[in-house]
Amino acid sequence: MTEKSILLIDDEEAFVTTLQERLEMRGFSCRTTLSGEAGLGMIAAQPPDVVVLDLRMPGMGGVEVLRRIRRQWPGLPVIMLSGHGSDQDFETCLSLGAALYHKKPLDIGDLLESIRAVTQGSGSRG
Amino acid sequence: MKSVLSGTMDLKTDLATEINSPRRYQLLRRKIVSLMALVTILPLLSLAGINYYEHQNTMASEIQAPLRALVGKAKHSFELFLAERTSAVSFIASAYTFDELSSDTNLQRIFQVMRREFTGFVDLGLIDTAGNQISYAGPYDLKDRNYTSQDWFHQVQFKGTYVSDVFLGFRKFPHVVIAVRHTTESGQSWILRATLDTMHFDRIIAAMGLEPGSDAFLLNRGGILQTESRRYGKVLGMLPFALPPTNFESNVQALRDDQNREIFLASAFIANTDFALAAIKPRPTVFSTWYTVRADLLFIFVSGVIVIFLAVYRLTSALINRLQHSDEQRMGAIHQMEHSQKLSSIGRLAAGVAHEINNPLAIINEKAGLMRDIMDLRPEFPDKDKFSRQIDSILRSVDRCRGITHRMLGFAKRMDVKIETLDLNSVLEETLGFLEREAQYRNVEIRRNLVPDMPSIPTDHGQIQQVFLNILNNALAAVPDGGRITLTTWDVDENFVGVSIEDNGCGMSEETAKNMFEPFFTTKKEKGTGLGMSITYGIVKRLGGELKVQSKLNEGTTMTILLPKKSTEGQA
Repeated sequence: MTEKSILLIDDEEAFVTTLQERLEMRGFSCRTTLSGEAGLGMIAAQPPDVVVLDLRMPGMGGVEVLRRIRRQWPGLPVIMLSGHGSDQDFETCLSLGAALYHKKPLDIGDLLESIRAVTQGSGSRG
Repeated sequence: MKSVLSGTMDLKTDLATEINSPRRYQLLRRKIVSLMALVTILPLLSLAGINYYEHQNTMASEIQAPLRALVGKAKHSFELFLAERTSAVSFIASAYTFDELSSDTNLQRIFQVMRREFTGFVDLGLIDTAGNQISYAGPYDLKDRNYTSQDWFHQVQFKGTYVSDVFLGFRKFPHVVIAVRHTTESGQSWILRATLDTMHFDRIIAAMGLEPGSDAFLLNRGGILQTESRRYGKVLGMLPFALPPTNFESNVQALRDDQNREIFLASAFIANTDFALAAIKPRPTVFSTWYTVRADLLFIFVSGVIVIFLAVYRLTSALINRLQHSDEQRMGAIHQMEHSQKLSSIGRLAAGVAHEINNPLAIINEKAGLMRDIMDLRPEFPDKDKFSRQIDSILRSVDRCRGITHRMLGFAKRMDVKIETLDLNSVLEETLGFLEREAQYRNVEIRRNLVPDMPSIPTDHGQIQQVFLNILNNALAAVPDGGRITLTTWDVDENFVGVSIEDNGCGMSEETAKNMFEPFFTTKKEKGTGLGMSITYGIVKRLGGELKVQSKLNEGTTMTILLPKKSTEGQA
């Protein structure tokens, strides 16, 4: 099985590093960044198979990052994460083209399932 | 969770009790009534006072004027009578010589003519300058008497004419003396002295036509009665009270006599004498007419006051009642607003807290997950079971926290009114989540009797949850530790679904049950606002439903909510 590459964009460092380690243990290639701007740069440098994006971040928020990804890389699947449980925010994200969303704290099994679902059929880009 | 939510129900009632206390309105009512009564009654009172004063003055002058006129007329009669007699004596003294008058026969003849022409004369005598009676005509034997020792003799020598006070003199009956001194051109002088009968004075007074109770008399400057008084004594008696200041014009004064009777006294001096004429009318009879007038006036005044007062009272009462009513409505609205504002700010707070907690929670979750991942990769990990149990425990706790924060976020979200199609069973379950912990601590059994195929209805999630929360809170407060709360849902008919919440708690009296939906009605004393149930009732009504209460003291309470299957929001 080809290694899927994941880009993790979230401002909580402890969260992203731990999640990165867990995903890598499960055979994914995982890069991380703490800000939306840096994330966009990393996509431009080397597009991943899937982006896992936090909704609330200082600086450029998740919604804005999502909007730019959609504009530049329309085929790139994005999974949204948020500690804020407002359905309205997620609905906005879904309407903007996010593939799925998860509430924090998240279940690793659910996330893996989502990643598999959105990357099914697509090959490795890295 | 419980404490945060129950806190929202405990709005402060101080403001409401302060402003809406019946005492405040009573005080206000009393103030307005007395002020309005004062403002309206005061002019009436002063009008009545002025009227009384004016009327009294008019009445007094109406009584006084005739009395003054009467005394004036009688005074003239006296003056005329005395002037005529003095002129007659003076004429005789001048018309005849001393010698002619010295003859008793002559004097007798002259006296006869005089008596014929002028009534009242009793005798006539000639006295020389030495005071000896020279001649005399009359019924008494007064010849050769000497008058030098008597006061009148000296006065007539000095003044020329003299009218005496009434006195008894030698003849021991009341009479008045008129004496005239005549001096010829040659310097010879003599005195002609005539005596008058005081009966004629009585006749003049009788001619005044006095009413019963009235009195009139002559008196001298010393206060000695010169004619008989009906009330104050015989001739030559002393008037028992001092005559008020008197002059030659008749005037009237109000005073009290020695027997403390209120009287009007008219008096005037009689010219060329020492006499004063006085007439008296008692005042009570004077005012008998006034009393009837005053009774009428008093009746009008009193009924006017009563009418004004009643009108003022009714008007003020209506005003105050309306004020109280609108105040209460306003307070109710303010409280509801405060209540919902508080709820929404608590919602915002809850959302913030939940969000802040979710991020570290996610880290704990991931760290614990990583620990397990690492452990799972190494089958030979020491004490694997022990660590696995700890990690499971951490993950379970994280799960529980997630449940709480998601509920808090849900609560916050429902502050906005939004009609959605809901399954009441799950809303009930969700609401129970807030209270289940307290129920567990207090060992209260929550029995669910929920119909499985409960139809979903269009309603507002936040509001219906508030309804359930308020009722469940009350039920939980009512039951003792170890009590029981039964939740039942059922499909009533094609229009309604029903939810009932039954407790076996302290219950309510009929009176309390009747009033429990009234705003500000509370049995929780300082703890409650008295608004929870009225808000609940308002929400149910707004959602087109019905809220009923069945309760028996010491047995329990059943609250039944009927909600429509079709949305009525906006029509209610």
